[in-house]
Amino acid sequence: MSDILQVNNLTREFKSGNRTLTVVNNINFSIQENTSCAIVGPSGSGKTTLLGLCAGLDRPSSGNVILNGTNLSPLNEDERAAVRNKHVGFVFQTFQLVPTLTALENVMVPLELRGEATKGVRTRALELLKEVGLEDRSHHYPTQLSGGEQQRVAIARAFINEPKILFADEPTGNLDSETGAHIEELIFNLNTQLGTTLILVTHDLELANKCSRIIKLKNGQLDSDTLKKDYEATV
Amino acid sequence: MDNWWIFKMAWRDSRSNRKKLFLYMAAIIVGVAAQVAITSFRANLNASISDQAKELLGADLEVERNDTLQTEVLTYLDSVSVAQSSAVSFTSMALFPKNGYTRLSQITALEGDFPYYGAFKTNPLNAGMEFQETNSALVEKSILVQFDLQPGDSIKIGYVTYLISGALQEVPGQPVASTLIGPRIFIPKANIEKTGLVERGSRIEYKHYIKYKDGIEPEIVREKLDLLNDEFDFRFDDVAERKEEVGQAINYLSDFLNLIGFIALLLGGIGVSSSIFVYIRQKINTVAVLRCVGVSSNQAMGIYIIQAFSMGLIGSAIGAILGTIIQLYLPVLVQDFIPVDISLSISWFSVFTGVITGVLISVIFALFPLLAVRKISPLFTLRSSEVNLFGLLRRSTRALLIGLVAVFTTSYAWLMLNNLIAAVSFTLGLAFCLLLLLGFSTLVTKLARKIIPKGWSYEWRQGMANLYRPNNQTTTLLLTFGLGVTLISSLYLTQDMLLGTINFESEDDLPNLALFDIQYDQNQGLNEIIRDNGLEIIQNVPIVTMRVQNINGNDVQDILADTSRQARRWALTREYRSTYRDSLVDTETLNSGTFIGMHTDLDKAIPISVDIGLMEDLNVELGDTLIWDVQGIPLKSYIASTRTINWSTPQPNFFVVFPSGILESAPQFFATTLNTPDRSVSLDLQRQIVMAYPNVSAIDVGQILETVRAFIDKITFVIQFIGLFSIITGLIVLAGSAATSRFQRIKEAVLLRTLGASKKQVIKIQIIEYALLGIMAALTGLILSVGASYLIGYFYFDIDFVPNFIILGTEIVILIALVLIIGLLNTRGVHNKPPLEILRSEG
Repeated sequence: MSDILQVNNLTREFKSGNRTLTVVNNINFSIQENTSCAIVGPSGSGKTTLLGLCAGLDRPSSGNVILNGTNLSPLNEDERAAVRNKHVGFVFQTFQLVPTLTALENVMVPLELRGEATKGVRTRALELLKEVGLEDRSHHYPTQLSGGEQQRVAIARAFINEPKILFADEPTGNLDSETGAHIEELIFNLNTQLGTTLILVTHDLELANKCSRIIKLKNGQLDSDTLKKDYEATV
Repeated sequence: MDNWWIFKMAWRDSRSNRKKLFLYMAAIIVGVAAQVAITSFRANLNASISDQAKELLGADLEVERNDTLQTEVLTYLDSVSVAQSSAVSFTSMALFPKNGYTRLSQITALEGDFPYYGAFKTNPLNAGMEFQETNSALVEKSILVQFDLQPGDSIKIGYVTYLISGALQEVPGQPVASTLIGPRIFIPKANIEKTGLVERGSRIEYKHYIKYKDGIEPEIVREKLDLLNDEFDFRFDDVAERKEEVGQAINYLSDFLNLIGFIALLLGGIGVSSSIFVYIRQKINTVAVLRCVGVSSNQAMGIYIIQAFSMGLIGSAIGAILGTIIQLYLPVLVQDFIPVDISLSISWFSVFTGVITGVLISVIFALFPLLAVRKISPLFTLRSSEVNLFGLLRRSTRALLIGLVAVFTTSYAWLMLNNLIAAVSFTLGLAFCLLLLLGFSTLVTKLARKIIPKGWSYEWRQGMANLYRPNNQTTTLLLTFGLGVTLISSLYLTQDMLLGTINFESEDDLPNLALFDIQYDQNQGLNEIIRDNGLEIIQNVPIVTMRVQNINGNDVQDILADTSRQARRWALTREYRSTYRDSLVDTETLNSGTFIGMHTDLDKAIPISVDIGLMEDLNVELGDTLIWDVQGIPLKSYIASTRTINWSTPQPNFFVVFPSGILESAPQFFATTLNTPDRSVSLDLQRQIVMAYPNVSAIDVGQILETVRAFIDKITFVIQFIGLFSIITGLIVLAGSAATSRFQRIKEAVLLRTLGASKKQVIKIQIIEYALLGIMAALTGLILSVGASYLIGYFYFDIDFVPNFIILGTEIVILIALVLIIGLLNTRGVHNKPPLEILRSEG
């Protein structure tokens, strides 16, 4: 299997007055296709910043990220957006649906952006909504849906472009345990079914343990990198 | 990528926000409506003037002189005319025997078929054509209504009583406002001498109306008359010139109104900018999500540009329709000032310009927040943080946008005014005003932050803090509302200032009735009538008419012929009405030289005193010699002193004052001023005087004041009507800004209530905030308007401006109430619902 994501000497610093705060400090790792990886660590350890850098949402202070063979560093904001549209899916803790779009329209956005035929996109979106159990709520707006339902819509949206890699930031963090469990199940099932690589940021060790690999951060640095099952552990 | 998607997304995204966007649209609607109304009206007016050009004069040519025309001129006029009418015009008292009322009137004694173009509009219809044959009078309709008279009643002018054959409504080329001096009365010219008014010292204008023969070129006539005019002094006006004069006057008024209307539109632009700022702030998350899923920065901006453009387009289109409807009302406001009948139709050019301007304003002003959309990072999906949208823009981008607005504003003003310097001045003036308002708003927010006393109640501290915290409405409100208030209040204060200067009616020591054209042999008798009525004469001054014949050895005709002369034509050719006395009067102050009150030696030059303004117009200096033609007799004089005269008082003032001892034996007449205790005494006295001496004219200060006030009221109403659009825009912008921040306000209110604040406390905080905003906006606007009025008074009218605190106080109360009402309406319904329900429904 080849690497879908390579992180090389990645550092992200923030300047606050005269102080420089290093949130991600010289991190290196690579992730193979069709695997799942959890990034864990205490609050302020740099998990979300790392996720943002890996997904091309932010620029590193130094080092680089290679996503599906494309080095993101030389790309401008719009070129990175195009990479995301083609290869990346997102699930956020706060769902991040567009409030003015219906569930169906939210799911359709990534493919519509590509200019694909509306009818095909619509059918695919409805199929995905059906898979997440919301086929009868397709015309509801986010405010008319519960938190769990909103996250299911977000999952459907994340998978519609058949991404090579899915980034999930605390996907169950805002949900009760029962709903959370259902969402976890959906993510992992679709991940397996569509052969997507999953990168998950979480506090929840139980959820992290469901991944094939766990990367632990501490103070912005790689604390441990554990391969589970038949993988080897490296530090 | 599919660009069609941007349109689709723009449509979808606007769905839940259209109500909010409507308010922003409303600001544009009002601005465009003002624009379209004025420009359409102007276009229609100009078209009407072109259509009715000949009716502006009623003839092809009008020639007038304050004496009979010379034979050479008359011969030339005969050679170009197919028809001629002549008229004698003067002001005189008219007496209505039915009820004894009198009124100083503009009398025109006409002979001939004038008007050749257009017609007298009278009731009954044919009275205008028949009054000469029937030897009757046409009398201004308004005066007939006022004195409860009808055609069939009679009017006495001088010694002749005429039957009133018609009520006069319109005379070709004369706007109703031309009746300011007095109502118009037309009588036949035949036997005019029987009135006894023509030869007895009245100021008379002799007019000739010419209808050209076929094939006569007006330019050639104009050239010939210019030549004749060098030799014989007269005035003339032809259709082309009159059309230009009228067109120019109307364009000045409409330019002015247009700019006031344009300010409303610019305020709308500021409103758009602030609404979109708040709107985009609420959209940051949406943009971040879209950027996450692959939307490019230009596409994200495109979504909102399309929304702004569409709203601008819809708003402008609605505004254009509204403006077209409003222009139907404008003629009602200005008809009195316009000498043509306005035919109204849709001016597509105005509609088109209005819509384009509206859309451009919407988009240009929306660019401030919209360019910031490009800078919204997808990272905001992971970390929500407070974003300063304006801060996202580079300094150079901000400067570029401000430059764009300035260029656009100047270009528009240039297009409207056709004068680049005026357009740049307009932009600079506006920028200066806005900078002042901006500076004031910065001061207010900084002060509010610093001075909130810790000991004050929570509601007060919170209400004041709302003035500076994030998403505050202080700047927007002060800019938009403040500018609107400045505009309207300046107009009110200037109007009040102008009316104040002529409001001498209530001052007891000043005369309120002036009697003119009193003949030498009438003076004593008239003074007796006044005394018999128990009234005291304030002034009884002799007047001698004369003309300048020679200055410093140069004949006036030679000076006039000199093309490099600096003296003004009117000063050299006018008929002077001078007096003689031995001292200065209250309305005069000595400016230079010595006032010599007595001189009896006719062989020596007479020491005269000249008005300081006239010195300049005659291009003379102290000590210069002038020879006067006093009804055929030359009198040599020298300028012994100059005087500054207060012309604004209602007693007779004189350009030239002679010393006592010389003019006593010259043919002369008198003017008398007196103070009457009330209008009824004044009217009764006027009636007695007119009965005894019909040629004497009475200027009733009360009457004049009433007319002037009505005139100023009409003009200021027109300006205020247009200025009102700015206030409405300001209010809409306020409502828009309040509505767009509604959700945030509600969240705060709900949070406060969740934490245990009572409904009363929450409402109190809001009342304090909006009342403070109202006070700030009103005060800022009023301070600026007091400054503006002071400058207007100082530079234009030479009047010391004293602010009218009653007007200012009333304005403050109204403005605060308006802001308060709009602010509180914004949070209506919040206080009676459970917090969670509100949050869900508003999200």
